Amino acid sequence: MKALRRLCLAATLLAASACRQDMHDQPRFEALEGSSFFADGLSARHQVEGTIARGELQLDPHLATGRIDGAFANSLPMPLTRELLERGRERFDIFCSACHDRAGYGEGMVVRRGMKQPPSFHIERLQQVPLGYFFDVMTRGFGAMIDVADRVPVADRWAIAAYVRTLQLSQHATLAEVAPESRSKLEDQR
Amino acid sequence: MAQIFHPSFNTISKVSIFGAIFFLGAVIYGWDTLLRSPYATQVNVAREQPVPFSHKHHVAGLGIDCRFCHSTVEESAFAGIPATKTCMGCHATVWKDAEILEPVRASLRDDRPIEWTRVHDLPDFAYFDHSVHVAKGVGCSTCHGRVDQMPLMWRVNTLNMDWCLSCHRDPAPNLRPRDSIFDMRWDPDTLDANQRAQLMMDYHVESMTDCSVCHR
Repeated sequence: MKALRRLCLAATLLAASACRQDMHDQPRFEALEGSSFFADGLSARHQVEGTIARGELQLDPHLATGRIDGAFANSLPMPLTRELLERGRERFDIFCSACHDRAGYGEGMVVRRGMKQPPSFHIERLQQVPLGYFFDVMTRGFGAMIDVADRVPVADRWAIAAYVRTLQLSQHATLAEVAPESRSKLEDQR
Repeated sequence: MAQIFHPSFNTISKVSIFGAIFFLGAVIYGWDTLLRSPYATQVNVAREQPVPFSHKHHVAGLGIDCRFCHSTVEESAFAGIPATKTCMGCHATVWKDAEILEPVRASLRDDRPIEWTRVHDLPDFAYFDHSVHVAKGVGCSTCHGRVDQMPLMWRVNTLNMDWCLSCHRDPAPNLRPRDSIFDMRWDPDTLDANQRAQLMMDYHVESMTDCSVCHR
């Protein structure tokens, strides 16, 4: 009897010390993990056609498409603030500057490595286009440029559009437009 | 009756009892060393990938921001792996016929994602969220090391619980200003103790060691 109990104890200890990964790999999917359940091997499912994800309903065509009554809007669908422009600069530097460079001349590092050069934002044609045009290019892509809609949310695309316009203004600003307190600093550098 | 054990067994038994302690010690030491070795932790072991993607080239060479590809790192638990489309945004033009990029083109052609090998994989019983770490002043390189110097990706930290806790007990040395989160060259020594304490206050960081913080 005693021998039997010892044997049971030994077996239990052995089982407890065995290396199992059940807790490490629980029966749930991590983000983007593969799946053998679905035929396409993806656990992350595509959105069902004709449905709208929570939080993605866009009732304002100006905000969602950059157009008002079919024509490109030349205004922001949100108030212009310093925060918006700063957000725009940050997002522009992340998502756009690799090709467009940080000043918008289209001489980014990837262009220097062989990517097709985008037009400078400072040519006359692009200075004239309405703000909604930039939003549209980011949303749907243009020429060699793919859209960034999957990585840059709607509000950020508008922030970038506003910042692109800021860049354009900055490259054609006159000294008279500079705030008086900064003016002397620029004049010193001349 | 003749004796069963020869007198020399006295010595043998003493040595074996004494030696067993050392043997047990050696086994425990060996097991612990094994668990902390690169074999178990995968630290400094470069992973094979379907495409030999170089962070060194894309980050240090081209200056591309982490968030260009890992675009959900500020909003969600998962930093995000770029869609094939993101790769092809450049590689439809740049190196468009390169042999090593064939799996990327095939992925786009067949509409099948590239199956990358995960480098940082926490056990499922540990909850981790990138967005809160980024928001509280923990930079990429604090945990992932100098990714901009890695031709292939590897771990620089074990991701073991004692490693997580070392920071959760005392976060201050691992904090940096929010505008430097994605700066691979950030040097922690640029802050003194007072500045770190200030960051703790500003970002509302505190020591968090409750079990349920990570095991929920």
